[in-house]
Amino acid sequence: MLGVGGVDGRNAQGRLEKLRATDDSGRRDLEGLYRRMVLIRLFEDAVQRLFVQGEIQGTTHLYQGQEAVAVGVCAALREGDAVAATYRGHGACLAMGTDPTALMAELLGRETGVCGGRAGTMNVVDLEHGVIGCFGIVGGSIAAATGSGLASRVRQDGTVAVAFFGDGAVNQAYFHECLNFASVMALPVVYVCENNLYGEWTRMESVTAGGTIVGRAAAYALPGLVVDGNDVVGVLDSASAAVARARGGEGPTLVEARTYRHKGHSRLDTGERYRPAEEVEAWLGQDPLPRTEALLPAGTAERIRQEAEAGVARVVEEALSAQWPDPDRERSAVPTKEAA
Amino acid sequence: MTTLSYREAVTAALAAELERDEAVVVMGEDVVLGGVWVTTPGLAERFPGRVIDTPISELAFTGAAFGAAVRGLRPVVEIMFADFLWLVTDTLVNQASKYWYLSNGQAPVPLTIRTAAGAGGRFGACHSQTPTGALLGEPGLKLICPATPGDAYALTRAAVQDDNPVVVFEHKFLYGRRGEVDEQAPVERIGRAAYRRRGDDVTIVSALAAVEKAIAAAEILAEDGIAADVIDLRSLRPFDAEAIAESTGRTGRLVVVEDGPPLGGYAAEVVAVAAEAGPVRSARVSMPDLPLPASMALEDSVLTNVEEIVRAADGLVEAQAVMR
Repeated sequence: MLGVGGVDGRNAQGRLEKLRATDDSGRRDLEGLYRRMVLIRLFEDAVQRLFVQGEIQGTTHLYQGQEAVAVGVCAALREGDAVAATYRGHGACLAMGTDPTALMAELLGRETGVCGGRAGTMNVVDLEHGVIGCFGIVGGSIAAATGSGLASRVRQDGTVAVAFFGDGAVNQAYFHECLNFASVMALPVVYVCENNLYGEWTRMESVTAGGTIVGRAAAYALPGLVVDGNDVVGVLDSASAAVARARGGEGPTLVEARTYRHKGHSRLDTGERYRPAEEVEAWLGQDPLPRTEALLPAGTAERIRQEAEAGVARVVEEALSAQWPDPDRERSAVPTKEAA
Repeated sequence: MTTLSYREAVTAALAAELERDEAVVVMGEDVVLGGVWVTTPGLAERFPGRVIDTPISELAFTGAAFGAAVRGLRPVVEIMFADFLWLVTDTLVNQASKYWYLSNGQAPVPLTIRTAAGAGGRFGACHSQTPTGALLGEPGLKLICPATPGDAYALTRAAVQDDNPVVVFEHKFLYGRRGEVDEQAPVERIGRAAYRRRGDDVTIVSALAAVEKAIAAAEILAEDGIAADVIDLRSLRPFDAEAIAESTGRTGRLVVVEDGPPLGGYAAEVVAVAAEAGPVRSARVSMPDLPLPASMALEDSVLTNVEEIVRAADGLVEAQAVMR
């Protein structure tokens, strides 16, 4: 709905008031949005530290910089709705309400992890909070959310599903096949592309024909919205429109949220080898956290940040002291659900 | 008991499941008009909105079926030719089959994938495969292979009622076979083999269309005084290791027949299971290590046949006689 650029505080407040008038989830107050964004930021900072220290092994794909997308989109949802996310999925989980301690314990491979340590960072599932899953294969989230939309249609339960995926996924078969399928079936799905401009180490335009993502919506007869992905209120606004359309039986929408990851693609990558310093600096100037802080009453952001710092410190401490799963028990586990 | 063709048995099983549970939906290419194998005729009229034609996008509609299964549906997907399973391996292997385990039991994935397998129709290399071997090693997945109309009914119902992803390999050359179907029988749990013939001299194990060849071979062997157990695996995963071990424990001789390449198929697994259970002499009757050719002269030459099975069984009996 709007291009990338500075946020107009007054318009953002106006949009927020309009949204609040239809708020049935209590998720849409600006303080709440900011609190979730800060939680994600500090959680991810902690994940990075724990990875460097060797406490978290394997890999990480960090979400700092993109918080406004998950928080804004998930705030447009209500109880019973669902999201499918990517391997850069900690933000989506936390935005949906996943317990941060259980999520951190999962990344640390502990018994108390949200999936008992079986899933790890790239495959988290938290259905209790509407997270169908984080999908480790690029594009996988798109089909899972499409299926949730299909279930909604057949069961007539009024739920909406969101697929989060990156700019890299728009060149996967999942994207093209599922957008077509969902469009002809008018499924209640919102496809949210988090365009952070780079698929792993490669610039999006150099591997994406036409250089546009939202432009692909036309091929599948979908409305396409471009939103400043670092403006949480703007994201919420666009997502609310797309969710309303889906819930009203009018079908799916493609939302392209333009954003930027502050960190590299994964693990120890810093992004320095492929992202110009000026570009990084410009995007750091569009950090969604300070932009939201500017909309809050004086002192509010500082208070929320202090609370979140203490909260994340407790999360790390509790998760690190959680017990390990029992390997002996796992040897006799069964991978299928069987009647007792 | 009623007499139905194999394809009518599949339709009857789907109708019974659509009737039983409103969460069941049938999806695939052309299924509203009955599908190219004529296994879904009339269902769209009887169950409006629950028989869904899809685009030719196997990955999308199977992936969506997975998502729908997690979110409360019990989808039955038709993949027109088993060769097209390769298009959906990400959904099948990276998502559906691992979900129950990885989510630590948060939700089951009651997803059935029906597909027509089997060679002999001159369809060529990419419309004739029975790609069971590659899926044998996937934890969380079940693979079933009905060889009779009775099993087409019983196992299809068992697959739909199972809470896990199940691939049902239907054999395109069995669709016209007629046989008895017990529509009143209680729905079974997947994983049991069946004895199609009993004998104490040699065990012949097979699945799908190879079962008929195994029975024909057993009849020829009987004329020579060799009595064969014929085991129809019915389910390739899980595997009925007990039935195999019970039989080879009596016979000490094992022939496994598989219309597939020799490497990495169920035949190798059956031989391994039997060997672990006790002393047994084994032989495999498989196809050559080749893609399937189209020419009728070539295709018939690579499929397993009754004569090979008889020779393999004879060979085991004679070898043991010499050793004594």
